[in-house]
Amino acid sequence: MELIFRWEWLPQLGKGLVLTVELTAACISIGAVLGLILAIARLYGRNVVYWLASAYVQFFRGTPLLVQLFMVHFGLAGWGIRLSPLFSGIIAMGLNTAAYQAEYFRGAIQAVKRGQALAALSLGMTRWQTIRYVILPQALRLVLPAWSTELVYMLKYTSIVYLIGLPDLMGIGRTIASHNFRFFEIYAVVALIYLALVLLITFALRYVEARIRVPGLGTVR
Amino acid sequence: MALLVVEDLHKRYGKEEVLRGVSFVLERGETKVIIGPSGTGKSTLLRCINRLTEPDRGRIWLNGVEVTSPRTNIYKIRAQIGFVFQDFNLFTHLTALDNVRLGLIRVKGMGKREATERAMRELERVGLGDKADAYPAQLSGGQQQRVSIARALAMDPKLILFDEPTSALDPELIGEVLQVMIELAEGGMTMLVVTHEMGFARSVADEIIFMEKGVIVEQGPPEVLFTNPRVPRTAEFLRKITEFYGESG
Amino acid sequence: MTAVDWQNLVQGIPSLLRGLLVNLEILFGLIALGFAVGILIALIQVYSPRPLSALAVGYEWFFRGVPEMVLLMLIYFGLRQFRVGITPFIAAVIALGLRSSAYQSQIFRGAIQAVGRRQMMAALSVGMTRLQAIRHVILPQALRLSIPPWSNEFSSVLKDTTLASAIGVIEVFKKARFIMGRNYALALPIFMVVALFFLFLTYAGNWALGALERRYRIPGFEAKGAGERF
Repeated sequence: MELIFRWEWLPQLGKGLVLTVELTAACISIGAVLGLILAIARLYGRNVVYWLASAYVQFFRGTPLLVQLFMVHFGLAGWGIRLSPLFSGIIAMGLNTAAYQAEYFRGAIQAVKRGQALAALSLGMTRWQTIRYVILPQALRLVLPAWSTELVYMLKYTSIVYLIGLPDLMGIGRTIASHNFRFFEIYAVVALIYLALVLLITFALRYVEARIRVPGLGTVR
Repeated sequence: MALLVVEDLHKRYGKEEVLRGVSFVLERGETKVIIGPSGTGKSTLLRCINRLTEPDRGRIWLNGVEVTSPRTNIYKIRAQIGFVFQDFNLFTHLTALDNVRLGLIRVKGMGKREATERAMRELERVGLGDKADAYPAQLSGGQQQRVSIARALAMDPKLILFDEPTSALDPELIGEVLQVMIELAEGGMTMLVVTHEMGFARSVADEIIFMEKGVIVEQGPPEVLFTNPRVPRTAEFLRKITEFYGESG
Repeated sequence: MTAVDWQNLVQGIPSLLRGLLVNLEILFGLIALGFAVGILIALIQVYSPRPLSALAVGYEWFFRGVPEMVLLMLIYFGLRQFRVGITPFIAAVIALGLRSSAYQSQIFRGAIQAVGRRQMMAALSVGMTRLQAIRHVILPQALRLSIPPWSNEFSSVLKDTTLASAIGVIEVFKKARFIMGRNYALALPIFMVVALFFLFLTYAGNWALGALERRYRIPGFEAKGAGERF
């Protein structure tokens, strides 16, 4: 049993890595925007708004991402709505992470002390000004640790998109392996690249956390 | 016309009736102190005045404008009423300067430079010009409360409501906050103060309101209330609280 | 959808349910493996000396950082490359189980630390050995504290069992793909049915764990922020 390694794998895997990073960035951004809206809807919305946002969160958190991806890509196509694999991947994963991020945001907003809102209102701020200038700046700092966990989760989860034909890091690895049958070596290299990326993200976000840190504003882990 | 008129205010939380018909009047430049056992609706009363809590019944006028009318822009009203909280409620993510500036910029629409100058003046007025860049967590309780007073002052309020401003403070820090409040009263600010500091009440208040179980039991000038109250309950409460907290402060 | 489509959809459901049974088998296998290894790793991290505990930290870090999909491939195809006979089912249980052990160890570690040193000292002071103290004092408390974060991990791995389809396990998602392959008009409804299965299982699982937590609740002993939210 001998292990082999070929340098020419790396440039190919590098292309896949770029797609993986792009996918992660796209879906996490969509998820952040939508998640924030959902969190606010669940906290401050009434009746239909609250109900819809809650149902959304329950559905996307309660069902497998793989199933969601196939619903978007093949399910919609079956009904005449054809999306490119890239678009399907971004949409499905963006919708998914939005549900999780919504819960983090909600928790963080609730962790901001009630007196903060009272003080803002007592100055004559409107509800939206209070949320925008007092609640969110604190909640976003509080949410960062949980949010970086979610980012790592999504980075890893993008590896399922090869199933709808996207040449991401995982997909490229699979293609190379299926030609030379060195499954173990190639997947080990792929695993190490993912690990390096996770490490990079973790440290980058810790740096950001330290930069925007405010004395006395604890983080909820 | 009186600056603040409160008429027959009622508020209940579930089964508990916290305010049961409270009425009083506050003239310009006047300082009134509300005293009474805890849990008798004093804080609720203050919060009803700028409608941080919605009263169930009763009416309030500020400077002739009905605060309780649904047509009134409550945000404009709140900008004219300063509020100083028991636990300060400084914005945790902002420096002292930004705490004072936020309302000026976002509510009054003031330019950044003008707001900075104004905020610095208020911080200096409460003796904290050198702490402008400190975050709330880096300040002592007394300093935090002085910043929160500066925050209220910066808005040019017609009236400031103080909700037990010293009861979250260590005894040695109470004095600095009371000193600021005394200066305000002497400068002609209209103030409504809920407090247990009898020394302050006695020396600064134009009138004292004694509340119990959601109603005003007795009100009058401090000399009268402290020496010769009409109602026996008032005398009993004053005796107890003086024993408990002492007269100093 | 035509009447025939509806008929095909309904006819497909028994087959889906048989597939779901396989998901549950994987689930129990991986949870059991993840639980056993997870506790072991947590105990090593908290109680063993430096070189061993650093190794345990590295283990946790590796299995938390590599995507499930890559782990599945690495273990199934990787082992077969070296002529280790392994079925897709077993490979899925091992890959997903080891991944889960890393997450579970983090939960248990947090809970053990939340129980605190004083409980350990009290146990030692009545003459227990360290092992006895862990067995009779620390773990009974830590496991109770672990239930809420553990139920998050449970619903997470429940959904991840569908990933086993990627190495050829014929479970519910694979079955749904078969049905979709015969008739693309059925894609959306068939995956909707699968989604509903998982919603039901998630609720059932959370309900059962909630019942478990209430059953073993001790007055005055509540979980306070143990573990990670996700």
